[in-house]
Amino acid sequence: MTSSLNPRFSFETFVVGAANRLAVTAGRTVAENPGSAYNPLFIYSGSGLGKTHLLMAIGHAAKTIASQLNIEYLTLDEYVESFHAAIAAGQGDNFRRRFQNVDVLLVDDVQFLTNRKEMQAELLRLTEALQQSGHQIVLASDRPPAEIADLDERLISRFSGGLVVDMGIPDYETRVAILRRKAEERGTSFQPGVLETVAKIEHPNVRELMGALNRLIAFQAVSESPINAEAASKVLGIPRAATAASSTAASPTAASSTAASPDEFSQFLTDVTVTVGKAVEAWRARVAEAVLRWEGEGYRTGRLEKLLDQETPTAVDDAISAYVQDVERLKALEAEVAVLDPQAAGEKVFRDPDHMDEAEAAAAKVRDGAAPPPAPSAAFPLESYVAGPSNEVALSAARAVIAKPGKKYNPLVIVGRSGLGKTHLLNAVGLELAKKKNAVVACLSTQGFVDELIAAIDGNHVDWWRARYRRATALLLDDIQLLTGKERTQEELFNLFNQFLDADRQLVFTAPAHPNTLEGLEERIVSRLEGGLVTEIAEPDKELRRSVLERLLTQQRVPIEPALLDYLTDRPIDSVRSLTGVVQRVVEAAAAQDEPVTAGLARDVLEGAPAPAARGARRTAGFRTSGIVVSSAGGVRSREKMVWDWPAAADRVIEDLR
Amino acid sequence: MSLVNFTTREITCKIVYYGPGRSGKTTNLHYVYGRVPETRRGRMVSLATQTDRTLFFDFLPIDLGQISGFSTRFQLYTVPGQVYYNATRRLVLQGADGVVFVGDSQARQLDENIESLQNLQSNLLEHGVDVRTMPLVMQYNKQDLPAELILTHDELDDSLNFRGVPSFPADALHGRGVFETLKGISELVLKKLAAGSPAV
Repeated sequence: MTSSLNPRFSFETFVVGAANRLAVTAGRTVAENPGSAYNPLFIYSGSGLGKTHLLMAIGHAAKTIASQLNIEYLTLDEYVESFHAAIAAGQGDNFRRRFQNVDVLLVDDVQFLTNRKEMQAELLRLTEALQQSGHQIVLASDRPPAEIADLDERLISRFSGGLVVDMGIPDYETRVAILRRKAEERGTSFQPGVLETVAKIEHPNVRELMGALNRLIAFQAVSESPINAEAASKVLGIPRAATAASSTAASPTAASSTAASPDEFSQFLTDVTVTVGKAVEAWRARVAEAVLRWEGEGYRTGRLEKLLDQETPTAVDDAISAYVQDVERLKALEAEVAVLDPQAAGEKVFRDPDHMDEAEAAAAKVRDGAAPPPAPSAAFPLESYVAGPSNEVALSAARAVIAKPGKKYNPLVIVGRSGLGKTHLLNAVGLELAKKKNAVVACLSTQGFVDELIAAIDGNHVDWWRARYRRATALLLDDIQLLTGKERTQEELFNLFNQFLDADRQLVFTAPAHPNTLEGLEERIVSRLEGGLVTEIAEPDKELRRSVLERLLTQQRVPIEPALLDYLTDRPIDSVRSLTGVVQRVVEAAAAQDEPVTAGLARDVLEGAPAPAARGARRTAGFRTSGIVVSSAGGVRSREKMVWDWPAAADRVIEDLR
Repeated sequence: MSLVNFTTREITCKIVYYGPGRSGKTTNLHYVYGRVPETRRGRMVSLATQTDRTLFFDFLPIDLGQISGFSTRFQLYTVPGQVYYNATRRLVLQGADGVVFVGDSQARQLDENIESLQNLQSNLLEHGVDVRTMPLVMQYNKQDLPAELILTHDELDDSLNFRGVPSFPADALHGRGVFETLKGISELVLKKLAAGSPAV
C-alpha cells in the first residue's frame, strides 16, 4: 500500500539553494533525531520544487543513521485508500495500530485533506498518537496548513505546533547548479553558456526545468555537433528577448501550459485509469453488498458468490434482481406456510433461493396437509331444533350469535343436563355460522379436541394442529367439562380462546352445569367462560315434549293418535334423549308384536318392565356426556347417542327408568 | 449504446462537445489531438468550410489502451454550432454518454450560449434523454481575451450553470483547461457507469 523510497531521492542528490535551505536543514535535523526535533515537520511548496524528494531524503537519511527504524512513506491518497480498505475489511483497529508503530511517517500531498472530514479526524488521531509515543511525522503539501480549504482547526494548530517550512522557486544560481548536476547524472556535457541560457528562464518549478534539459539532451544527441546557447534558445522555443527579460509577468498557468503539455495526456490517462478501475469493479461491490444483505437475513447466497468468482460476469444486475425475486417468492411461501404450519415455515428450504422447486414443493405439501378443522355435523340442522319455553333463552342467544358472530355473546356457553339438546343446538349454530362467507367453523366434541392434540404431540406436529384451529373463524366445543385434568389441552384452549376473543371470532361451548361449578377446570378458563353468556336449557316442558313427540312419531311414520300423544307427553321424562328412546322402544315393540302403535301398547311396554338394580351407581359416576364424536366427514358415530341402535334389552331398561 | 461491454471487455465513451458557433469546440479537439501520442489516436475527421466552420462534425477517436482489463476508447465529437445545422446536431447527440458544453466567455455571446444550451436540452429530449441525467460539464472558453470583453468564471456560472455542473475556464487555443474539461467529463461519465448497471 505504501510506496517504497526512491533511492534517487536522497540528500546527496538534492540541490540546496537559498529557497530551500531552511527546509533541507530541518529535514536533516529530523532525520538525525526523529521524534525529538521538529514534530510534526510540515513542508510546503509549489509543485515540482522537491517536496517528495525531500521527504524521501529524510527517510533515507533516518534509515542510514538507524537501520532498525520503521519508516513509511505514502501519499495522503494512499493513506486514505488503505484506510478505506481496512475499514471495509473490518480491520480499522489493525490499520491504526500499524501506523502508530511507524517510527518515521512521511505523508505526501496532504492538501488533499480538503473536504475529507473523516480523514482529518483520523490524521489528527494519528498525529497525536505518534507525537505521544515520540515517533516522527513529516508532512508535505503544496500550500501551508492554514490555506488547505476546510481543514480542521485542531489539525492546523497541531501542524503549526511543529515546524512549518516552505521551499520557494530556486534562484538562478541554484537553477544552474541543478542543471549541471542533472546533466552530469545523465552523462552529458554542454557547451559553456547553454545551461545558463536554460537557467535564465524562470521555470516555475524544477520539474519543468528538467523537461527543458531533457529536450536539450535529446536535441544534442541527434545533432552532429554540440549545441550552443543560441541553438538551445531555439530548441526551447524562447525568443532571445524572453530569455533576457524577466518572465515574471507570465502567469504560472500559461507557463505550465507550454512546458507541461507533453504530460497532459499521460496525466489524463492516469486519471481515467483510476476512475475506470473503480467503475468496472463497482459491480463487485454491488454483488458483495447483496451477498451481505441476504446472508444477514439468513438466505443462502451461493448463487451470488459464484458471480464473484467470475472475471466478468454478464448482466450482474439482472442476476441480482433475479435472486431478489426468488427471495421475495421464498418470503411469500414462508409467510403462507407459517399460517398453516409455523414449524414447517422455519425449514431451511425456504432460505435457499438456489432450490426454488424444493421450496415450492414443500409449501404445496403443507398446503395439502392443512385440512380444515372438524366441521359441525349436518345431522343437526337448526330447522329441526324444537323450540319451547324451556330452551327459548338458549335458542334466542344462539340466534343472536348466528346473526352477529363474535360480537354479541362471546363465548356462548350452553348449559344443561344431558339429553336436552345442547349438542343439537351447538351443531346447529355451527352449521349456520359455516354458511357465512369465508367461514371456517371448527365444531367438535372436547374429547375429539383432546384426542387430536394428543395425536399431534405424538406426531410432533403441534404447530400444525394449532395453526389449523387458528385459521377457524369460530370454535364450538361440546362437553367442555371433559377438559377436566387435561392441563395441556386447557393451556392450548386458553391460548386459542384469547386469540379468538381478540379477533372477535365466535366461541361456543356446551357444559352440563354452570362453568364455575365444574371441577378440574382452570380458573382462567372458567373466568373466560363466565365472561360471555351462560345460558341454560331446562328440562323439556310439556309443550316441548309434545312437539318433540309429534316430530319423532312422524319420523317413525306412526299415525299420531291423541291418546298415544297424551300418554307419552304425560310420562315423567326429563330429557329429549329419553323421549327419543321411549318412542323408539314403543315403535320397536309394536313392530315385534306386529301391532299398531297405540296408547295401550305404549303403556304395556313402558310400565310392564322390571327395574334394573345397578342403575343408580352408574348415574352417579360423573357427568354424563352427549358423547358425540363428530368426524370431519360430518357423520354421527356415537352408538350411545343413537339410542335406537342399542342392541341390548338391558340398556333399554335403563333408559326407561331414567 | 453500451458503455461497458463485459463480454468483449470494452469501454466506449462517446463525448460530444456542444455549444454555440465559434465557441471553440473544434479547437478543443485539435488541442487534444495534438497531445495524444500518434499510436493512441485515430484519424481526426473534420469537415470544415473554407472559413473553418464545422460543416458536419468533428470526430476524434482516442484509444486509452487496456485499463483494468478493458480496452478503453473515447470518442470525441463536436457538433456544428451554427443554428441551421440542428438536424446534424441532433444526430451527433444520439447515443452520447456525456456532453461538454463549450461556452463563449465573451459578454456579447451570452445570448448565443443560452440559446445553445436550450437547444441542447430540447435535442436531448428528442432522444428521450433528460438533460439532468446526462453527464454534463461546462467549459468557458476564450478566457485569454481581454478582461473587458469577457465575463468571469463566476459570472458565467451565474448565467449559464444553473444546474451546478462542474465548470472550467479555458483557453482552448493554448490548451489551458482543455484536458481539465476532458478529465471532468470523463469522471462524470465513468461514475455514471459505476452507478448504473453494466450493459450486456
